[in-house]
Amino acid sequence: MADRLTRSSARNIFYGGSVFFFLVFAGLVAHSHFYAISTSIGGVQPDEAVARGKHVWERNSCINCHTILGEGAYFAPELGNVWVRYGGRDDPEGAREALIAWIQAMPTGIEGRRQMPNFNLTDQELDDLTRFFEWVSNIDTLGWPPNEAG
Amino acid sequence: MLRYQTQKLAYMYFVGALVLFLAQVTFGVLAGTIYVLPNLLSEVLPFHIIRMIHTNSLIVWLLMGFFGATYYLIPEEAERDIFSPLIAKLQFWLFLGAGGVAVVGYLFRIHEGREFLEQPIYVKVAIVVAVLMFLFNVSMTVLKGRKTAVNTVLLLGLWLAGIFYFFAFYNPTNLVLDKMYWWWVVHLWVEGVWELIMAAVLAYLLIKVTGVDREIIEKWLYVIVALSLFSGLLGTGHHYFWIGLPSYWLWVGSIFSTFEILPFFAMVVWAFYLLYQGGRRHENKAALLWAVGCPVMAFFGAGVWGFMHTLHPINYYTHGTQVTAAHGHLAFYGAYVMINIAVFTYAMPSLRGLMPFNQLLNMWSFWLMTSAMAFMTFTLTFAGIVQTHMQRVVGGYSYMDVQDQLALFFWMRLGSGVVVVVAAVLLVYSLLGPVREQLTAGRRVDAEPMPAE
Ligand code: HEC
Ligand code: HEM
Ligand code: HEM
Ligand SMILES: [Fe+2]
Repeated sequence: MADRLTRSSARNIFYGGSVFFFLVFAGLVAHSHFYAISTSIGGVQPDEAVARGKHVWERNSCINCHTILGEGAYFAPELGNVWVRYGGRDDPEGAREALIAWIQAMPTGIEGRRQMPNFNLTDQELDDLTRFFEWVSNIDTLGWPPNEAG
Repeated sequence: MLRYQTQKLAYMYFVGALVLFLAQVTFGVLAGTIYVLPNLLSEVLPFHIIRMIHTNSLIVWLLMGFFGATYYLIPEEAERDIFSPLIAKLQFWLFLGAGGVAVVGYLFRIHEGREFLEQPIYVKVAIVVAVLMFLFNVSMTVLKGRKTAVNTVLLLGLWLAGIFYFFAFYNPTNLVLDKMYWWWVVHLWVEGVWELIMAAVLAYLLIKVTGVDREIIEKWLYVIVALSLFSGLLGTGHHYFWIGLPSYWLWVGSIFSTFEILPFFAMVVWAFYLLYQGGRRHENKAALLWAVGCPVMAFFGAGVWGFMHTLHPINYYTHGTQVTAAHGHLAFYGAYVMINIAVFTYAMPSLRGLMPFNQLLNMWSFWLMTSAMAFMTFTLTFAGIVQTHMQRVVGGYSYMDVQDQLALFFWMRLGSGVVVVVAAVLLVYSLLGPVREQLTAGRRVDAEPMPAE
């Protein structure tokens, strides 16, 4: 095989093929982009509160301990479904309060247990965070995670 | 001896990279310690800050190594000196400064919040400026000089890496979109354009250490990078399974990412084939060891450990567990850490004007570091399998309950991590440390031509 393939034909296959596969990839991503702003979120666009909640999430880099939709760090529980785990589907107000209370109660200081810092979040920020979790819980993740434990 | 004076520019990049490497693994050990002693530093320097420093310093030093490698090999490939040594020096300090500001900022909780892309906006801008200076400088050098497959593929990889970094500036509110484009930086870097950089640098090293005809090596280079991009672009789909994207990614991602093993496998075959073809053996045995070890470990870390969890029915269970951490470590180590160390080991003697030195120490470091990283990968893999089984397959346990069961694995990960740090210190000492009873390269009798020159 090696003998029939010359360096310049190998090069041309590389360039031509890469452009081809990039275009296919970009085409699928364009379609997925459209899908992501319509279908997978059930048409519920993130509102102002969700946007602020996402900023709180980012400003404190929760991602470097937690995963969200399975991406991030593996040091602390998955939070993409924390809303569901806290019963937000049936009792949104109860879940909101419980989540806020949890975050405010950190750190536990329990010896030998992983710690989550206290980020001194304002009431507004805490509320926004829960709106963010609530919104995320509605993303159609094709049935992931397998169970509530995340 | 150096053939082109401007190759010397690589030196500061290599030193910078080695220092950051030590910092990176030290912070890794800190993070690993907190896993087993969770109350440690929990107020002063919490886990997320340490992890951020660990991963960011990794990326910064790898890039710094790539820049240095490029400055080292481009003059030889293009057969002319670097276009502007001044730009190269300014770029170094700007890049180092940006990295330094980022790390110090992290200690004071100044950061953004997407994994690996935590750099504040002004640091991101400084990185872009430094990268553009670099790309301009090396592109001008190559444009005016000889164009080989090695420098063409290398430049293409570097340019595309720079271009994809622009997606780091795009952070939509819709988390699904955020994640989809985040992978355009992360996946398209490590499983796309960085593979071009890796393969080109490996080609250069293999030409040097085996003395095989360039024509053959370069043809293979194109085949390998073609395999990388043909599989790796659509292979991005293996990250699009569970983040709210259409279900066709389940198949596109599984199938194409399976083919991502091929370029890594091809690199192993390539390296060994050339090793046996090439009659001459370079005197720098340690460089040879790293250059051949690199594709082997990359094949295991990226290829085998990647494939292990890339099919969607499996990834459904393993997604975001310690299995991912196992793969992330061995893949980064095998592919990008090792290619960098191979270049450092190859280039350092001529940069310092000495004969290959501290070979034995360097080779000890190779075996220590590589086996410790392999062991770390095994412990994390076992941890990940137990975690997956209890938490996702059997069910009924909470995340924290499951983690309690993994303590033994985390202790063993820490143990291997400490060995990695020791090996890294040995490596740095062997590369930069004092030289005893060595001939300087200038005094060498040039009776038989050495392939390195
Ligand atoms: C330093 C690591 C760390 C950081 C940073 C961190 N967390 Fe946590 N988080 C933890 C740990 C550890 C737990 C589990 C604690 C326990 O169970 O005792 C936890 C638990 C939680 C829980 C409860 C999960 C459950 O299933 O019960 C929520 C909600 C949460 N974190 C939200 C956040 C948010 C929001 C942020 C960012 C503002 C954040 N965390 C940042 C470590 C962290
Ligand atoms: C050169 C060697 C190393 C490389 C290339 C490396 C690379 C990485 C990468 C890429 C991540 C992000 C993980 C992911 O998303 O999968 C990470 C996280 C981490 N690394 Fe390393 N690392 C190295 C050495 C070490 C060492 C020596 C230790 C010490 C024990 C260590 C401990 C950790 C820990 C604890 C995390 C966080 C994992 C988590 O999120 O739970 N690393 N490292
Ligand atoms: C040198 C090349 C590679 C490097 C450096 C690398 C590194 C990584 C890292 C760091 C992650 C974790 C990202 C995160 O933090 O979320 C990851 C995830 C992943 N990688 Fe790789 N990888 C490489 C090649 C491959 C290959 C060839 C495959 C498949 C054959 C693969 C399959 C995967 C999969 C499926 C995930 C997602 C894991 C999950 O669901 O949690 N990788 N990789
Ligand atoms: Fe990937």
